[in-house]
Amino acid sequence: MGLTLAEKVWRDHVVRSEEGVPDLLYIDLHLIHEVTSPQAFEGLRVAGRSVRRPDLTLATEDHNVPTLDVDKPIADPISRTQVETLRANCAEFGVPIYPLGHAEQGIVHVVGPQLGLTQPGMTIVCGDSHTSTHGAFGALAFGIGTSEVEHVLATQTLPLKPFKTMAINVEGELPEGVTAKDVILAIIAKIGTGGGQGYVLEYRGEAIRNLSMEGRMTICNMSIEAGARAGMIAPDDTTFDYLKGRPRAPEGAEWDAAVEYWRSLATDDDAEFDAEVTLRADELTPFVTWGTNPGQGLPLAANVPVPGEIEDQTERESAEKALAYMGLEPGMPLRDIAIDTVFLGSCTNGRMEDLRAAADVIRGRRVADGVRMIVVPGSARVRLSAEAEGLDRVFLAAGAEWRGAGCSMCLAMNPDKLAPQERSASTSNRNFEGRQGPGGRTHLVSPQVAAATAVRGTLSAPADLDPLTPLAESA
Amino acid sequence: MEPFTSHTGVAAPLRASNVDTDQIIPAEFLKRITRTGFEDALFHAWRTDPDFVLNHPEYGRATVLVAGPDFGTGSSREHAVWALQSYGFRAVLSARFADIFRGNCGKAGVVAAVVSPEVVSRIWEYLEESPGAEVTIDLERCEVRFGDAAEPFEIDQHVRWRLLNGFDDISISLEHADEIGEYEAHRRPWLPVTVG
Ligand code: SF4
Repeated sequence: MGLTLAEKVWRDHVVRSEEGVPDLLYIDLHLIHEVTSPQAFEGLRVAGRSVRRPDLTLATEDHNVPTLDVDKPIADPISRTQVETLRANCAEFGVPIYPLGHAEQGIVHVVGPQLGLTQPGMTIVCGDSHTSTHGAFGALAFGIGTSEVEHVLATQTLPLKPFKTMAINVEGELPEGVTAKDVILAIIAKIGTGGGQGYVLEYRGEAIRNLSMEGRMTICNMSIEAGARAGMIAPDDTTFDYLKGRPRAPEGAEWDAAVEYWRSLATDDDAEFDAEVTLRADELTPFVTWGTNPGQGLPLAANVPVPGEIEDQTERESAEKALAYMGLEPGMPLRDIAIDTVFLGSCTNGRMEDLRAAADVIRGRRVADGVRMIVVPGSARVRLSAEAEGLDRVFLAAGAEWRGAGCSMCLAMNPDKLAPQERSASTSNRNFEGRQGPGGRTHLVSPQVAAATAVRGTLSAPADLDPLTPLAESA
Repeated sequence: MEPFTSHTGVAAPLRASNVDTDQIIPAEFLKRITRTGFEDALFHAWRTDPDFVLNHPEYGRATVLVAGPDFGTGSSREHAVWALQSYGFRAVLSARFADIFRGNCGKAGVVAAVVSPEVVSRIWEYLEESPGAEVTIDLERCEVRFGDAAEPFEIDQHVRWRLLNGFDDISISLEHADEIGEYEAHRRPWLPVTVG
């Protein structure tokens, strides 16, 4: 029997295997950041251990950093201490780091791919659950806890049991205006937040093959929201075109050898998945969340669910609790939900393509009165490229804020936060209670929906916008 | 790590499903650089509600948490396990755990025991009838005992072996340093490095 993509990558990294004991898996790339690493370095120090492969390790600062006044010292002393601790640890253990202010600084999952460090067939880990993002390249990439960070620092390996495999087939073509974000939100709503538990998801089918690398990263990024450790997409010419010429990609004869190997990674025709799910792409429409987990989502044209109509008791109770937290009326149209803040950014949707798509919607229009829109590039490099294209001016002209790179309002750990009861449309990946600030209410959306929502002030798709008047277009 | 063989203590019924790690410990508290002292952060938002289970005096000293399905979803933060530990919890029971959270429990020395949804319901009912009652988590027999009842629980056998013996994973892997070196000698030549 043939092998799946995930099984091939796994097999290629087994250092040792013994009956009844987890496989010892070699790790090709270990990304670290300030939040989940301090206790790991401390553990090394206490045990008198060193970092086995600093040259396969890379640190960046993202979760804690401010996105305004990035040239000044971090105001919050606890955040500053954590960032300084990372810098000191990297210096002590010889780990390369891109600190705030460096042109390569940014969200860890944006930085790896744009440098060409993320390549097909690799094993990649990071003390961050959205490490699944890197699976878009056909890498086996997953989040780990701090004890495992310490383990990888010390040994460059991890003891692991093989994951099960699940194929997610997205057949047919996506309709105009439907994006990768809508696809993954629809997948999570279908299989549930626990549906992927124990699995590596492999996204397949025509709609996936037609996606850009940015779109594929958006999909793989949110695999964890379906409970899966990792998501993967088989590498193809789209992958190779993206990688070619990047600073850390192979060159010359090595490039050719690499591409030949990468092509061999696709799941064999006779391979069997442990589970399989199929979605029709042509039936999808813009998708948004109404509740407090990423599985509580619906098409934008739908109404807020009525808990009384939900049969399953656990789901009904969870919907009641979510609606109370979110301050929503059962049965109201999702399009009538008024938004205070729009957040465009994060490792889900903070790359160039995302900013371009939102800029295309908002160009020549204005952010609605009483709404604030924050645009946060995923990395300093994205910010520079966007500025070179003039996207910053598009957002600023519309009345949005243009920020420095970081996780920003994706999680309430830096100055960018929602106030209690404040409601956001956010391109990030989690709508948990308090995720964007204590008491804050989050609706997950695509960049296009975020931009249209900013203009109308209520959850909206670009198709809901009035056509631009010739005057506005020339402005 | 301290070996874990069996533990008896007050159990708290947490009637909620999909408890994500942002609820167990909000991001605000992840700025700390220690592994201990997170007891104030545990379930921080929910603890402002006087009705929240841990605010009932019977459960103030709880060491076993009995939760609904999909416990520990979301962020990989091991701080969630440390916060439970700092508060005094030694074990969590649920019908289903998120993978990373369950893994983190095993590394940090907390028993994440999987029981059926029916057993969770029965323990909830038992605890609500006799608030402050103790339950026993017997890792040697993979059994949870409450009142007159005893039910099996599931846990990864390798994790169980490590917890019973108090073994540290890193030392085990470092015993295979030669094999790691051997593997490294044959890695594909084009694989990227982060320096130079
Ligand atoms: S952008 Fe959000 S999800 Fe991504 S790494 Fe940062 S905090 Fe995590």
